[in-house]
Amino acid sequence: MTISILFYLFSIILVLSSLGVILSRNPVYSALFLVLSFFQSAMLWMLMQAEFLSMVLVLVYVGAVMVLFLFVVMMIDIDIEVMKRSFAKYLLIGFVISLLVIFEIVNVLTLNYDSSNLSTQFDSFDKDYSNTKELGSVLYTEHVYAFELASVVLLLAIISAITLTMRKRPGLRTQTISNQVSVKSEDRIKLVDVKPSSYREEKK
Amino acid sequence: MIITVTHYLVLAAILFSISVTGIFINRKNFILLLMCIELMLLSVNFNFIAFSRMHGDTLGQVFVFFILTVAAAEAAIGLAILVALFRARNSVNVDDSVSLRD
Repeated sequence: MTISILFYLFSIILVLSSLGVILSRNPVYSALFLVLSFFQSAMLWMLMQAEFLSMVLVLVYVGAVMVLFLFVVMMIDIDIEVMKRSFAKYLLIGFVISLLVIFEIVNVLTLNYDSSNLSTQFDSFDKDYSNTKELGSVLYTEHVYAFELASVVLLLAIISAITLTMRKRPGLRTQTISNQVSVKSEDRIKLVDVKPSSYREEKK
Repeated sequence: MIITVTHYLVLAAILFSISVTGIFINRKNFILLLMCIELMLLSVNFNFIAFSRMHGDTLGQVFVFFILTVAAAEAAIGLAILVALFRARNSVNVDDSVSLRD
């Protein structure tokens, strides 16, 4: 009973906050609503006893990806007027498309094949069951190549994000350590023999 | 009232259609498009976890793990492209970046 109350509470907040993501005028509010919907989804996954993924969602998404989004949203100057104009223009077609998607999905879900299977309740695990342990035991044995590949994907993301945003600014003063180390005293100071007498003679 | 797999599937379907609508009504703004894609991936993950719990098989959750990894990489690269685009065109409007088409 408690679980169903929690499910409805979390899912109502999730739907409202995702509506907030797509409907709010200011992209900063959209990003904050997206944080809320990620958090609600993490709670819902916790209700399904997928603790590891729910924690990963909070740590990776709320902690890293959304902060990245907020940085970019605040760094970039967004013309809200243009957004408002396009909003009214595409509202109708967006509504029609979403009705179409809902219609199709409801049709598939209410299709009467083996429907007893879909209405089963989740059987809850024992007290000493660990979802993290279970996931780790298949992740590092059966799916170890995919795991390694995921690390390569992340490395690729790091390199490409840095190279895409790096720019060379001309006229920027930088240090070149190798030049600084290999400098000799002749490069820095030049001793010139000055003959004071000759100078006076020229003046005359 | 018992929560079944169907409840989660319906919730994921609602979430998916909200994000599809978001892509249509915010199609001028690059940042909101990226956010809607993140929401779509989230709703797909709901289905994966619900079916994984239904069948008692952790493979679905392994899938979700990799989807999260790829989605994080995609968000980072997408935002980097966005920043580069903003430097080049001084705007994040999708209509301002059609020079390849014209």
